[in-house]
Amino acid sequence: MTQVKHDFGDSAPLPPVAGHASRGRLERVLRAGEFAVTAELNPPDSADPNEVFERGAIFDGWVDGINATDGSGANCHMSSVSICALLTRVGYSPIMQISCRDHNRIAIQGNVLGAAAMGVNNILCLTGDGVQAGDQPGAKPVFDLDCMSLLRTVRQMRDEGRFLSGRKITAPPQVFLGAAINPFAPPYDFRPQRLAKKIEAGAQFVQSQYCFDILMLERYMEQVRDMGLDEKCFILVGVGPLASARAAKWIRSNVPGIHIPDAVIDRLEGAEDQKLEGKNICIEMLQQIREMPGISGAHVMAYRQEELVADIVHESGILKGRQPWKREAAPGFETVSDALETAREQFDNAIKPQDLVAAVSEEQ
Amino acid sequence: MPKSAYHPAKTSPIVRSRAAFNIRLWSVRHSRGLEWVYKLLAKFFLKLHPFWNLVGYKRAEKPVVFVEKAVKSLLFDCRMCGQCALSDTGMSCPMNCPKSLRNGPCGGVRANGSCEVEPDMPCVWVEAWKGSQNMKGGSAIMKVQEPVNHSYRGSSSWLRVTAEEAARNNGTKI
Repeated sequence: MTQVKHDFGDSAPLPPVAGHASRGRLERVLRAGEFAVTAELNPPDSADPNEVFERGAIFDGWVDGINATDGSGANCHMSSVSICALLTRVGYSPIMQISCRDHNRIAIQGNVLGAAAMGVNNILCLTGDGVQAGDQPGAKPVFDLDCMSLLRTVRQMRDEGRFLSGRKITAPPQVFLGAAINPFAPPYDFRPQRLAKKIEAGAQFVQSQYCFDILMLERYMEQVRDMGLDEKCFILVGVGPLASARAAKWIRSNVPGIHIPDAVIDRLEGAEDQKLEGKNICIEMLQQIREMPGISGAHVMAYRQEELVADIVHESGILKGRQPWKREAAPGFETVSDALETAREQFDNAIKPQDLVAAVSEEQ
Repeated sequence: MPKSAYHPAKTSPIVRSRAAFNIRLWSVRHSRGLEWVYKLLAKFFLKLHPFWNLVGYKRAEKPVVFVEKAVKSLLFDCRMCGQCALSDTGMSCPMNCPKSLRNGPCGGVRANGSCEVEPDMPCVWVEAWKGSQNMKGGSAIMKVQEPVNHSYRGSSSWLRVTAEEAARNNGTKI
């Protein structure tokens, strides 16, 4: 059988590295011991691919991975598989989120194969918010798998090359497996144990829920470090700017699983420019997280304030001078045709290199 | 519930009186005793293996399901998934979780320990964690549970466990 090789161009996967589960950038950055930064893309309510490209381009050069959310908050948006398909086309490194709320095990396994075929290297396994949280509370909640059995299923597909049923997969999906943690919800003692369970089920990295309470995170991380879990798994802590005190209060009572202490809200209320204050809180959080032992990265969720992500990452200095992958501007059609035109005009004129150098130095 | 706690907007979450969970919560509080009863029952059922074989596991199914359903529905609000995990989950039935999570709590648990979806219901997994702390085999809560096999719904978990255990003892397949 002859293999047809496709030229992927910008989106070509990186060459495989021994000991790595995937061929993606995120895993390389993490395994190299760098502090990784990921961000969340706000999925469009639109069928226009340019909206996805525009929203992805905001993070250019500032993040190592872009999370494509899967109906976050049980609201309907463009699906995560299709966002990933678009992002991989132009070379971004998406983290595909899979939530168990909307798909059963048959659909999920199919999506995993399809996503891997399109160049998705990272998959984040989530349970998903309940349908009551979203804009369509009458929907049927599927929850066929839970995040743990989902992790196990994808790991089985990758490592054993078999579906859940045991049927063989000819080319297993090479993906870096992630899960979510929420250290800010009860039962607090069980949360580190649950992380251990997720690692056992296959999680290689975890992203946490929004952190607004550094003390609570510290307590959680102490237990995690005692159990040695930070050595088995890369922990990325979620942060995000709050737009105003009002928004913070709204989030607290309308989005499940987010813990915002009163102190943060008081601080926002007392500020002159609440938006700026929200950003400053986020930057302070990031800087403290950067110094906390056992933490490998940050996940910046700036919902509807995506333009702030670059600012936040830059101002907090968490990258310490490292520059994540950036999409090189491809020469446009006009640039190329201009260059061709000039070349054609100059075709017969012999140009002495000395003259050229002299002309350039005169211009400067 | 504090005013700042999570409450979904524009929806009327199912309201159930707290009293509806009294028996379920009692079972979790007495998880140690129930664990003992369960172990005894499992041994008894295994002893009866020749009898089940004689009658036929399939034929025994109906009457056993009748009893099992009555007992477990009363004590645990059992949903008859057919793959009982109660002894691993602190005697708190994970199928009562609106997301049917079998491996631990989701991130949406409210600060007061109530469910994200049903604000009046204590989170099944907060209870499970409490229950497992009292049990001898409480560490089983760390076991990663397999995905539910929905074709087992409505069948007897007691008989399945017995048959599997007997087969393991005989070193043969069921």
